[in-house]
Amino acid sequence: MLDTALMISLTLIVLAMAMNIYRLAIGPDIPDRLLALDTLYVNSIALIVLLGLWLNTKTYFEAAILIAMLGFVSTMAICRYLLRGDIIE
Amino acid sequence: MTFYVIAEGVIAFLLVAGGIFAFTGSLGMLQFKDFFMRLHGPTKGTTLGIGCILIASMLYFTITQRELHVQELLITLFLFITAPVTGHMLAKTGLHMHLRFITGTRGSVPEFRDEDVGQSRVARPARAKHPWKYRRAKRTRMRR
Repeated sequence: MLDTALMISLTLIVLAMAMNIYRLAIGPDIPDRLLALDTLYVNSIALIVLLGLWLNTKTYFEAAILIAMLGFVSTMAICRYLLRGDIIE
Repeated sequence: MTFYVIAEGVIAFLLVAGGIFAFTGSLGMLQFKDFFMRLHGPTKGTTLGIGCILIASMLYFTITQRELHVQELLITLFLFITAPVTGHMLAKTGLHMHLRFITGTRGSVPEFRDEDVGQSRVARPARAKHPWKYRRAKRTRMRR
């Protein structure tokens, strides 16, 4: 039962990432692409956690924490740049 | 034995629910017509989906290795805190860059004034005058 659920979840996450990449390619404006990148890193965290479940290891959680923190900081930096024209004033 | 079957069912349900929520969030981001409508999908659906998947992973490693694992809860808390901040900053960026929106997005309820909806400039109170200059002008007026 767990293998089937893992396969279904992996398929859905990969489809979600494909849709994010499509929106990243066709996004009409810069904030659309920024939103697509934000969703892409959140989905990549989900993919890494599912890989850890698949391989039955706990090695990849540090990578997930790093992706979460750096993704948040980079999204904030690009938002600040688009809002104020400068990141650190 | 029964405990493991029930735990496996709960973990499988959380995994499938997380996948469905993440898929729905990304589908909303793909299909909506407007940036401000597209913002709703990832900030709510994807965050809930990844919360479900991380809690499923936490339950799995807690049950199979017979010790408490809370690292996934750390990622869950961090994402649940940072997702509204990211959504707020993205909405501010979209408002700042004057993106196009469809007519239904801006909620122009008739009770709202034009300043609330953004149709006209916000009326600000007049700035307070400088106390010494104001006093000097008053004094000169009194001398005359």
